[in-house]
Amino acid sequence: MERERWINIALALLLLAAPLLALAAGEAFYVTLATRVAVLALAAVGLNLALGLGGLVSFGHAAFFGIGGYAAGILAAQEMTAMPPIWIVAALVAGIMAAFIGAVSLRTSGVYFIMITLAFAQMIYYFVISWPAYGGEDGLPLAVRNQFPFVNTLKPLPFFLICYVLLLAGLLLFAWLRDGRFGAALQAARQNETRLAALGVSPFPIRLTAFVLSAMITAVAGALYADLTRFVSPSMLSWHLSGELIVIIILGGTGRLFGPLAGAALFVLMEFLLGSLTERWQFFLGLVLLGTVLFAKGGLIGLIAGKARNG
Amino acid sequence: MSLALFVEQVLNGVQFGVTLFLMAAGLTLVFGVMGLINLAHGSLYMVGAFACAAVAAWSGSFWLGLAASIAAAAAAGAVVEWVVIRRLYDRDHLDQVLATFALILIFSEAMRWLFGPFPLYLDMPGLLSGSVTLPGGIEYPLYRLTIILVGIAVAAGLHLLIARTRIGMRIRAGASDREMVAALGVDIATLYTIIFALGAALAGFAGALVGVNQSVQVGMGEPVLILAFVVIVIGGIGSLKGALVGSLLVGVTDTMGRFLLPQIFSLVMDPSQATTVGAALASMLIYIVMALILAFRPRGLFAVTS
Repeated sequence: MERERWINIALALLLLAAPLLALAAGEAFYVTLATRVAVLALAAVGLNLALGLGGLVSFGHAAFFGIGGYAAGILAAQEMTAMPPIWIVAALVAGIMAAFIGAVSLRTSGVYFIMITLAFAQMIYYFVISWPAYGGEDGLPLAVRNQFPFVNTLKPLPFFLICYVLLLAGLLLFAWLRDGRFGAALQAARQNETRLAALGVSPFPIRLTAFVLSAMITAVAGALYADLTRFVSPSMLSWHLSGELIVIIILGGTGRLFGPLAGAALFVLMEFLLGSLTERWQFFLGLVLLGTVLFAKGGLIGLIAGKARNG
Repeated sequence: MSLALFVEQVLNGVQFGVTLFLMAAGLTLVFGVMGLINLAHGSLYMVGAFACAAVAAWSGSFWLGLAASIAAAAAAGAVVEWVVIRRLYDRDHLDQVLATFALILIFSEAMRWLFGPFPLYLDMPGLLSGSVTLPGGIEYPLYRLTIILVGIAVAAGLHLLIARTRIGMRIRAGASDREMVAALGVDIATLYTIIFALGAALAGFAGALVGVNQSVQVGMGEPVLILAFVVIVIGGIGSLKGALVGSLLVGVTDTMGRFLLPQIFSLVMDPSQATTVGAALASMLIYIVMALILAFRPRGLFAVTS
């Protein structure tokens, strides 16, 4: 575990150093790339809470990512352009939706849970596509990036730093939850539900809380993503994105604190490098993924840091 | 609203349901017997549609294309099972989701590689074009009616295959106790490949049938796949009967919702608003139905107990 801590610190510093070096070299584009890594990592940190700790394979987290994005887009369209309130609204709306979705979905488990979360996300996706008020199928552009007090968010580096700080806050929250009583109960619910119930703890409220918190974190990431691309589209809600979030977690290492960051970095790099090599990058991404699932179970951090203590 | 229009919409719903059944049957068989969740099922649907369009364009015969769709999808299914899927039976669902998600990326990109970025089109076979007059003087396209009949025939055939034949007996036995069947000398690995290829063939067949009414393009399998998931979740995963009932329920609910909801809303609000609200609600309707069913029967209508 000691080695994993060093890897985590190295990863956090690397993500911070990358845009600074890029700017020093005059390559502002890479700052945007690093911001993308931070935002996707934050979304995956949210999912990691449900999936990694709770064993709840949600195949519908794009819904919460998209809700966050649309919260930012719609509020901005109403001249409400301060980031912190937008994040709060995004998290609250996603949390309420997650409470409903979770209340139904968590009655089931296993494959049913996977498919039901997927179906609910599709429901929101189709609703957004067929509701013309906020762009419908065409999406919703943001006129300018939303604002943060005392920070010029229009410049790439300050915006990256906002995302970076939020990512660290998300990671801290994840670590705090994981190491506390709540995290212990959540992980116990994954490992042995019956035993947890025998200890007098009912798994359902624990799981629902985890699911709601997980959705809220992912929604904040969605709001940031809307600001990053200055565009909100239904594709933020598509099931491909749900799949990619799972992919990011698996690539990094399921349930590990910094797994989402390692995974997001790997994913964005592969997307970028393969994308610059060949138009068919998705084909090779598929092959890499397939290889990871079949042959490298612990993900990137698992490869470097060895097996997790209680997998 | 005339009765004829209403009946036509109901039939459209049934036709939609029947094509969903062709997809859902393979999914539910593969899950019921092998315990595998296969996201790449939609890709096999797409393979069938492309094979049909390509062979039909090359040979000029829809029927040859239809045969090709079944053969190509079954072959693709068998190869995928042999190379990838059989390594996943002992894995948890998360690994299965991920590996088959990777297969979708590979299949979609491979199809774009082979056939280019533009959609292909399939012409309706001359024999099935035109419409028939149903009792009550209702005109209905012959092609759609044929799909309904073919779907019913496939459902009956599958039922007979599973319930009455030797291979069906082995499939059922494999679903309940894999080790015991293997110990009795059944080649379980080959049996699994056959089941997977059978499901793939049905998906490819569905793809070819639907390809006539829509364009054949990359990604065409994904909306259908997700609907097929809804179907088997409603019906109870692993149950063929559940898949049939769920398909018809989803097909008819979706079609009738899109048809009726805007009209119902127009009784209480102005027409343009009613169209918007009705269409938005209709697009969510089957998911609402699914949530309601699961709230009362978490394991679906025809839950398989094992």
